[in-house]
Amino acid sequence: MTWLTLDHWSPYAVGAGIGVLSWLTFLLSDKPIGCSTAFARTSGMIERLFRGPKAMERPYYKEFPPVVDWEWMLVAGIILGAFTSAKLSGRFSLTWVPSLWASTFGPGALARVAVALVGGILLGFGARWAGGCTSGHGISGTLQLAVSSWVAAVCFFVGGIAAAFLIFRVIG
Amino acid sequence: MGTRLHQNKRLQLFLGLAAGFCFGFLLEKGNVTRYDVILGQLLLYDFTVVKVMLSAVVTGMIGVYALRSAGLVRLHPKPGGWGRSALGGLIFGLGFATLGYCPGTIAGAVGQGWLDALAGGLTGITVGAGLFAAAYPRLKERILLKGDFGTKTLPELLHVKSWAVVIPVAALIIALLAWIERSGL
Repeated sequence: MTWLTLDHWSPYAVGAGIGVLSWLTFLLSDKPIGCSTAFARTSGMIERLFRGPKAMERPYYKEFPPVVDWEWMLVAGIILGAFTSAKLSGRFSLTWVPSLWASTFGPGALARVAVALVGGILLGFGARWAGGCTSGHGISGTLQLAVSSWVAAVCFFVGGIAAAFLIFRVIG
Repeated sequence: MGTRLHQNKRLQLFLGLAAGFCFGFLLEKGNVTRYDVILGQLLLYDFTVVKVMLSAVVTGMIGVYALRSAGLVRLHPKPGGWGRSALGGLIFGLGFATLGYCPGTIAGAVGQGWLDALAGGLTGITVGAGLFAAAYPRLKERILLKGDFGTKTLPELLHVKSWAVVIPVAALIIALLAWIERSGL
């Protein structure tokens, strides 16, 4: 079982594995793999905690009720699965700043976390605007040949490449 | 098949967790839960993310369409349009590069011990999703439904049989991956 403790696998093997996993989720759960709705549900749960039942009057939460569902459990499972894989290969470590960021913007954790927060807000807002993320549109939607998902996936990368060049080649 | 299985709520929550576990394990083994690898893709010098995504799409597409031809699964294409998919996709892209993770890989990054993902990213995504929920009624009529194409799939758009699209798309993806590999990217 040494393959379980390997640092990493071939990206093609990993991709094929994700493809097979998507056959199983369609078959066993009637669901495509997706992640970003779970964040909207969590945000609804937190809003309900602070504002009470009034928060539930938002039309968005009528369409996507803030409850723990299949997809929410999927996202929780990702944390556990990645943790297990990293532990098996000895790559788990608590780190604040990725090395590419540190090499351009320095090792300070505060700047990195502040930028990650801004990026996260844009990402969460954009994912719900587009109705899906790199998993839901980028993999599950494109494999179903959904028109919306091919448009979204192309735009994820167009926006992403433009912003990455701006951050690392213009600002950095 | 499966409607009874699909309606068993408690079992489905467990299956979701199990699928997520496998997904997270694969993402970590694929190196794509790392900021450096995701930015390497967006800066176009490391094509790991595209390799993982395209091989997932080609494998998933052939299998899911085969299962559908056998009457075992149904598709769930998401609704979208220029207003939703293109504009939302571009905003997502800005966030993707700024954060350096996406909503799935960030969960994996947290599992790997990345504290920027936990403290900044998870908080940000949840806040961003909440802000969208608040803005949703105002955005819906004005922008989101512009240029809508509903839940159409490419075969429906082109009025052809599914496999007439599945096979050429699979061939194109494999050719693209072969080209990426040959160019040493």
